[in-house]
Amino acid sequence: MEPASQGLRESATFDRATIHAIQRAAETGIYDIRGWGAKRKLPHFDDLLLLGASMSRYPLEGYRERCDTDVVLGTRHAKQPLRLDTPVTIAGMSFGALSAQAKEALGRGASEAGTSTTTGDGGMTPEERGHSKHLVYQYLPSRYGMNPDDLRAADAIEVVLGQGAKPGGGGMLLGQKITERVAGMRTLPVGIDQRSACRHPDWTGPDDLAIKILELREITDWEKPVYVKVGATRTYYDVKLAVHAGADVVVVDGMQGGTAATQDVFIEHVGIPTLAALPQAVRALQELGVHREVQLIVSGGIRGGADMAKALALGADAVAIGTAALIALGDNHPKHDAGYRELGSAAGYFDDYQDGRDPAGISTQDAELSARLDPVEGGRRLANFLRVMTMEAQTLARACGKAHLHHLEPEDLVALTIESAAMARVPLAGTDWIPGAGL
Amino acid sequence: MATLIDLGERPVRELNQALHSTAATSWRVLNPRGAHAVACGVREAHTIDVEGHVGYYCAGMNQHATVTVHGNAGTGVAENMMSGTVRVRGNASQSAGATAHGGLLVIDGDASARCGISMKGADIIVGGSVGHMSAFMGQAGRLVVCGDAGDALGDSLYEARIYVRGTVKSLGADCVEKEMRNEHLTELAELLKAAERDEDPADFRRYGSARQLYHFKVDNATSY
Amino acid sequence: MCGIVGLHLREASLEPRLGELLAAMLGQVVERGPDSAGVAVYGDPRLTPPGRAVVSLLGVTPAEAEAALPGAVAVAADATTVVHADGDLLAAVSAALPHATVIGSGTDMAVLKGTGNPVRLAMSFGLAGVTGWQGVGHTRMATESAVTPEGAHPFSVGPGQCLVHNGSFANHATIRRELRAQGIGFDSENDSEVGARFIAHQLAQGADLEKALRLLCERFDGFYTLLVSTDDSFAVVRDAIACKPALVAETAEWVAMASEYRALDVLPGIEHARIFEPEPQEVYVWRR
Repeated sequence: MEPASQGLRESATFDRATIHAIQRAAETGIYDIRGWGAKRKLPHFDDLLLLGASMSRYPLEGYRERCDTDVVLGTRHAKQPLRLDTPVTIAGMSFGALSAQAKEALGRGASEAGTSTTTGDGGMTPEERGHSKHLVYQYLPSRYGMNPDDLRAADAIEVVLGQGAKPGGGGMLLGQKITERVAGMRTLPVGIDQRSACRHPDWTGPDDLAIKILELREITDWEKPVYVKVGATRTYYDVKLAVHAGADVVVVDGMQGGTAATQDVFIEHVGIPTLAALPQAVRALQELGVHREVQLIVSGGIRGGADMAKALALGADAVAIGTAALIALGDNHPKHDAGYRELGSAAGYFDDYQDGRDPAGISTQDAELSARLDPVEGGRRLANFLRVMTMEAQTLARACGKAHLHHLEPEDLVALTIESAAMARVPLAGTDWIPGAGL
Repeated sequence: MATLIDLGERPVRELNQALHSTAATSWRVLNPRGAHAVACGVREAHTIDVEGHVGYYCAGMNQHATVTVHGNAGTGVAENMMSGTVRVRGNASQSAGATAHGGLLVIDGDASARCGISMKGADIIVGGSVGHMSAFMGQAGRLVVCGDAGDALGDSLYEARIYVRGTVKSLGADCVEKEMRNEHLTELAELLKAAERDEDPADFRRYGSARQLYHFKVDNATSY
Repeated sequence: MCGIVGLHLREASLEPRLGELLAAMLGQVVERGPDSAGVAVYGDPRLTPPGRAVVSLLGVTPAEAEAALPGAVAVAADATTVVHADGDLLAAVSAALPHATVIGSGTDMAVLKGTGNPVRLAMSFGLAGVTGWQGVGHTRMATESAVTPEGAHPFSVGPGQCLVHNGSFANHATIRRELRAQGIGFDSENDSEVGARFIAHQLAQGADLEKALRLLCERFDGFYTLLVSTDDSFAVVRDAIACKPALVAETAEWVAMASEYRALDVLPGIEHARIFEPEPQEVYVWRR
């Protein structure tokens, strides 16, 4: 019989998940490490709605009447900015966290959709470079696998200060995923648990970042855009400082942003929601007079065309997807439920990327499991998803009368809750009220 | 006959562009006066003599070139070097040889904090002393210090090997003194020879990872 | 965040060149801090005539200052007005010019602050013509939407004292509350001001500069290089982790400090200088 029907009441404070967490800590003596991003409910794009056509605003016909989706990233300094067909990119995820097949699938899918993919904390693989039309090369505190040949082969460089899942934390990869190949790329002993630095080894602070960016430009003869990525915390100041330090593109990753492995406590309790960070970033760029000149990419819980349209309406130039891309490849698909259950999880709940036993073959280094993901099929699925995202966003933008996704504006939005209205700085639906405006 | 570039008259961009687009030859760079990113991203076997003090990231990501700084070097000299040789006649500032994968970095004077931080296979030989947190998270390669080492030497060390002739102010987490066996004396002798130094390997002590932090365990909780 | 420069002269024959040298040093750290700048200079007879009390002000013109303060002479330096007079000038300023912001006071020291490119500011300050025995300077990378002169360093919150700071404190909000609880007022939300007020408070209670800076290192979290100057000394200290840069150069004629070597390279005799990086958490003081 269902406990609730018996009149039993669960504590909201000490709910079953919390009880489990406390008991797990008591048994093991070590913090819980997992993948994915913040799982708790947060103010997000679902709390915003678009104001479509009305008596005073006219929609565009689908198909015939243009709603363009192209975006150029890195126009500020680089000789060769990135020209993408759609403003959704694939976020940085490492080979190591993901299988080689998964990285190849991401490259294939992104390229087919005319967008970019990004390396992660393990460096660049030939598969990824070979299958990616546009490849952004991450420059991280660990510098695993960093080398000038790959830097020159990249289309853009992303200096990573942090990510939304763990702003202030470094990379983490547990021993079961440090295979020969991964170990070789990262210059680590096979099978150990990777500890990573949380700060860059040779610069700290935006004043010294400016010199580092200068060096990276000098090494690559000023050809490639330099992105600066931050996990969302003091976003307004961070974006201003990134611009001052020379960023061509700023990437802001909200707390819903995923990871392959970090402490659960870090994921859930550090950082701010994407919805709260985005308007801060836009305001920072506008005050410096560089909005649209220094492009803004926003990530952290982007799940589809509606999230993308709303993020662009708030002023982002593009969004990036990580978790959603993996889900498109097949992560947490119901067909793997039996496999998840064997691991003590279930389809829709699986977040144990750190263990490397992923039945979907995505976040694993195991040869047999990895083989379950066909990169060509995975690439097709991702390309489909990116196409749907783009079409969904176009549908919404056309309904708002926009000829380009970038023509969406904050005035096209209203909020359903006070928190989301305050964070997004748009009025509560049906009112003129923006909580906190004027403060 | 070396190609002369005077950084008092020409921008660093011009020097680096020339280094990136010409076949290996020799260069004399005058009047660096603390300029940043001098001779970085070089990928041909140029011989480059920099006459004066350089700023940050001199010879960053060096491949194949032989770069000599006749003066001091700022933060991150030879950072992420892949191969080749970089020599600093004076002192080096923080993070010398940071994350370098290969090649040889020789500092005749002192290096500052975080010398060889996160080193990934390069050889770094310092004639003088190194500052705190040197070889922090050193993954591979060899660090030789003919003088003293500062606090927290080799903190969180992986497989880099460290040899110190003078005193070590303190050892970092998981870094321990290790036995000097014949193979280490031989290795050290080769490194000192490559650095054109005549210290006696027998005067050095060896430090390496205790490998206790290789797996996350509750017992190590205080080390994190 | 910013660039720091400082010059402490030992050789009297160099005093006519103080401003010129400080301006040259400042010009080399502009990229670290392009939005605003400030300098403090000690011993210039035009700005700080011997025997006169000196107050440096923002938000008031020389004409307004002279009108409000009988017997005072006011000198313009970009956004700053430097006023000298006999008697308790600070009290007179509080009474007669309550809307002005005091950015420095003493007998030997003038503080000049402004917004805009530091190289242009140095000219606007007339720095090339300034003489004296000691100067500190700071170029700022601002985050506030309105780049204001008040936000520029140095923070001078005690007579003849200056602090410039590269880096960021992590627990200054708490320390600010503690100092406020002891009756100390603040002019800004700037973390560096908290450092300056902490030191001034220690000095006012009789601690010497070394002790004040050691206590600061104990109390403040963060990454910081600090340059502190007083009426008779020049001090440098770095936090325990020492990630922010700092270089000191010393000759028989001068001691100088800067964030980057290229700022020291402009000094006469640099080729013979002893150049070193301060050790973490060690207080280096040079006295006149």
